[in-house]
Amino acid sequence: MALLQVEDLAVSFVTRNGINTAVDGVSFTVETGRITAIIGESGSGKSVACYSLLGLVPRPPGRIDGGRALFEGRDLLQMKETALRRIRGRDIAMIFQDPMTCLNPYMSIGRQLMEPLRYHHRVSRQAARARALELLAEVGIRDPAATIDNFPHQFSGGMRQRVMIAMALINEPRLLIADEPTTALDVTIQAQILKLIAELQRRRNIGVIFISHDLAVVADIADTIVVMQRGRVVERGEGEEIFQCARHPYTKKLLAAIPSGSKAPRTEPAEPLIRVRNLCTWFAPGRGAAPVKAVDDVSFDIQRGEVLGLVGESGSGKSTIGRSILRLVPVTSGKIDFDGIDLTALRGRELKRMRRRMQMIFQDPFASLNPRMTVYDTLAEPLLLHGIHSRKHVAQGVLRLMDDVGLARAFVRKYPHEFSGGQRQRIAIGRALATRPEFIVADEPVSALDVTIQAQILELLQALGREYGLTMLFVSHDLAVVRHLADRILVLYRGEVVERGSGDELFERPQQAYTRQLLQSIPGATRGF
Amino acid sequence: MAGRRRGRLSVWRFITLRLLQAIPVILVVITATFFLVRIAPGGPFDSEKPVTREVRAALEAQYRLDLPLHRQYLSYLGDLARGDLGPSFKYSGRSVNELIAAGFPVTAELGLYALLVALVVGGGAGIIAALKPHTAQDYLPMSAAMIGICMPSFLLGPLLVLVFGIHLDWLPVSGWGDISGDKVLPSITLGAAYAAYIARLGRAGMLEVLHQDYIRTARAKGLPQWQVVLKHGLRGGLLPVVAFLGPAFAGLLAGSFVVETIFQIPGLGRFYVQAAFNRDYTMILGTTVFLSVLIVLFNLLSDILAAWMNPRLRAQYGRH
Amino acid sequence: MSTETLAEIARAERGTSLWADAWLRLRRNKLALIGFAVLSLFVVIALLTPWIAPYSYQAQNLELGASPPSAQHWLGTDIFGRDLLTQILYGGRISLAVGFVATAVALLIGVTWGAIAGYAGGRVDAVMMRLVDILYALPFMIFIVLLTVVFGRNLLLLFLAIGAVEWLTMARIMRGQIQSLRQQEFVEAAISLGLSPATLIRRHLVPNALGPIIVYTTLTIPSVMLLEAFLSFLGLGVQPPQTSWGLLISYGAETMEEYPWLLVFPGLALTLTLFCLNFLGDGLRDALDVRGARD
Repeated sequence: MALLQVEDLAVSFVTRNGINTAVDGVSFTVETGRITAIIGESGSGKSVACYSLLGLVPRPPGRIDGGRALFEGRDLLQMKETALRRIRGRDIAMIFQDPMTCLNPYMSIGRQLMEPLRYHHRVSRQAARARALELLAEVGIRDPAATIDNFPHQFSGGMRQRVMIAMALINEPRLLIADEPTTALDVTIQAQILKLIAELQRRRNIGVIFISHDLAVVADIADTIVVMQRGRVVERGEGEEIFQCARHPYTKKLLAAIPSGSKAPRTEPAEPLIRVRNLCTWFAPGRGAAPVKAVDDVSFDIQRGEVLGLVGESGSGKSTIGRSILRLVPVTSGKIDFDGIDLTALRGRELKRMRRRMQMIFQDPFASLNPRMTVYDTLAEPLLLHGIHSRKHVAQGVLRLMDDVGLARAFVRKYPHEFSGGQRQRIAIGRALATRPEFIVADEPVSALDVTIQAQILELLQALGREYGLTMLFVSHDLAVVRHLADRILVLYRGEVVERGSGDELFERPQQAYTRQLLQSIPGATRGF
Repeated sequence: MAGRRRGRLSVWRFITLRLLQAIPVILVVITATFFLVRIAPGGPFDSEKPVTREVRAALEAQYRLDLPLHRQYLSYLGDLARGDLGPSFKYSGRSVNELIAAGFPVTAELGLYALLVALVVGGGAGIIAALKPHTAQDYLPMSAAMIGICMPSFLLGPLLVLVFGIHLDWLPVSGWGDISGDKVLPSITLGAAYAAYIARLGRAGMLEVLHQDYIRTARAKGLPQWQVVLKHGLRGGLLPVVAFLGPAFAGLLAGSFVVETIFQIPGLGRFYVQAAFNRDYTMILGTTVFLSVLIVLFNLLSDILAAWMNPRLRAQYGRH
Repeated sequence: MSTETLAEIARAERGTSLWADAWLRLRRNKLALIGFAVLSLFVVIALLTPWIAPYSYQAQNLELGASPPSAQHWLGTDIFGRDLLTQILYGGRISLAVGFVATAVALLIGVTWGAIAGYAGGRVDAVMMRLVDILYALPFMIFIVLLTVVFGRNLLLLFLAIGAVEWLTMARIMRGQIQSLRQQEFVEAAISLGLSPATLIRRHLVPNALGPIIVYTTLTIPSVMLLEAFLSFLGLGVQPPQTSWGLLISYGAETMEEYPWLLVFPGLALTLTLFCLNFLGDGLRDALDVRGARD
């Protein structure tokens, strides 16, 4: 008998605008000692399906319309809240996406850790504490005795997720539901957490549901893969099966969206457009405190027409470099030479004139557009500001930009909140290209988007890059994306460049230990994505 | 252990920092009050029967009004440092210290009861409302809170007197500690508006917290709803209420002016209003300084309490 | 060609701006709408008072004395035989005027101060907000009492004093808005386009900071009116022969045992107005999705 057998589960939300079906006839099973991965993009219903099993979907507005969920033979959906509570946190435990917001900031991790044990098994405080210490050690928290009374904010993201895992495992559950447990983490940390989950699962022989939007992440650990789209299961199979011979077009699309391969080497002669020399950008956190060296003595060139990739984890200073070049943050020292002009020396009108030649695409398409301006206003602003079109002809320019970035002209009078993430990013790209710049800084332009949308936007960027003859600094934490897109790559670590080279050079012959660690952390690396 | 010690150290640091910040505030209060009162038109003895030049000079000397302004100021600061607020202009032979000592305990008691009413009724209503938002359990206490906010104490007090004191004749309508039950109406009158504010703040705070991810975590642990709310929700949810206690205290003191007037309670607030009418300058000066220092200190206290309840804030002050 | 594209844009489906969205949400909020309607009525009545008041403001009728509501005097008369409705109408003019004018003072000072501090940042911001912090810690209620003692009771002083208290919160809200907006990527994008600071503020910062400011303004008016009534009740605010709702309540409280209508009707007028303002403010807060505008 399967540990968990979900049949025809249907969940909907009753909203003011009508009934919204979130999960529509979903079936899957989880076996003891195996990992079932549920894959889908945002809004596919993957999380709702799992939360509804444990009664964690708020009702109302949530509503379970039908189906069964047999956990060790008992139907979870028919259980009363009190009975379900005895299973939650004891037989079935959960870990969530963002370990920062999922731990109570007002309570020491020790107390939070002991809580399920004390509540479900009425264990004495000493015994619970001893068990908590054991588990913290098991999930790899250094010196648990010293840190057990600390509060969540005193831990790093990876450590917090380890605490979450320890908390989930403290009652020896037989089923663990992990909802995007690594999405908020850096690549190297993600690799560690994935390894930890797989290890613990094997050692304890428990069943795991692993929810993720990213096929590559689950590639190494999933035994069974369930692919969801718009509330329905579109494909299911053993891990290998899915990767070798996916049948459903949506799964194929997901697989194709995983960036792979290197860009063909450039044949154009090298002629630097931008020369960065000994760039330092430091931030003073407060009076008397030592400055944070976000960027420390970095030098590099960007050739005309080249895409230079900048990779690194959070805090490596990769975004700050891009913003320093564009003069969006004050540069502490060093020289930035743009086509023979020293950018660091520019002021006022001269700077404004230069801004026309260099633009930026931001990470979060929800934050990078003024919510009170229509697409028309957003796109017309740069055109008018730099006198590219007269007021009379600006409409024409706006519509042409919309054509270029693949937005329907009919949307021109709509506001940002009426668009999806991918569409917004197209608007943002249009705004950046409006001034016909020579140079673009793309700061993680796809990391906030769903995988399939990610692929579309990357394609668009490549096409426009060719069409407009752009030189690009492409900043990303995602090595695979950068390899796919960039001619050369710089690897950053704590504000310094640790290694540079073409994609193939870096991937095949990494020289530095840090680069090797990064490469090994790429999810699904062994499958050759 | 290391983390714990760091936490405690930063609390002290925070307190010291805030105490140091309070000093300029108190100095500004003293200085501003002193000079404001001095530039006020009309001398303190104008309204009384005309006095002879000699008597006037003697009086001025007694109250040090014959010295140049800056000397008056300095000597006043000196007196303050010794805790001496000077003699009253109006009640001859009584010092401001004595008047405050007589009135403040009454006002403090009234304020304490009012705060209790506000916290218990308001906090309770806020939590109850937040547990089932957009149901009768929410609308009922929140409508009451809205009435509480729109019904000022100087209207509520007389109305309560009219209903419970005169028509129903259940409770005494004036005095303080003379007849049993005479403390009930003033405490409710003063506390009602703050109960209403706290109910609204508490509801908003609890709703915000109950939507947090860590509440979902607590539910995923299998805890029953009341434990989720009390153990995980309350602390974060009531933080805004704690931060509001400082301003609430200042408001309660000011509100006591009105309530003490309505119920004829011999407290500091009534003395202050009388002093304002009588132009009893030293009394105004002394009471303003006394109340200001009290309010500043209470603000400090509520900030410290809020910081102590919030480990992240603690850490923030530990780092610099 | 360009006329063609213009026509195309004119034909394009019109989007719903956040303002339009907010208006739709507000329209669904019955209480807020009723509040707005009643309030508008009160304002119109206050403006027309000299022409529509049933009796002259000064007219006394000592023979009549205090009389309960009747056909001649809908809300009764006070101990001098003056028509209470007339008194309330004239009192409302003052109370509403104080509410609106003092709030306008607070709005003007607070928004300017907060915007400058938030936009300038750094040391300028530190100094400006430090001042606000210090003023915040001052017991202002006591200071206003003191001010009225020192400078005597006059309406202008009341406006200024109350405005001076309320601008502090306004400044804090505005600064917070500007600061958080400045970190938004769309503002960074506008800077990287090369926009001048003036255009940046006008097109990108102000429209996005407006929501909380509107909400807070709506909520400041009732608290200002309350403050005026409070002072008038103590006898430290509006002075006879002028009157305000606070003053009328204070007279009413003195004689409430014999003539309860003298307390109840002015109290009703004040409470009703405060109700409307608060409902409207709450409705706007929900409609504009503003959090913590008044913490």
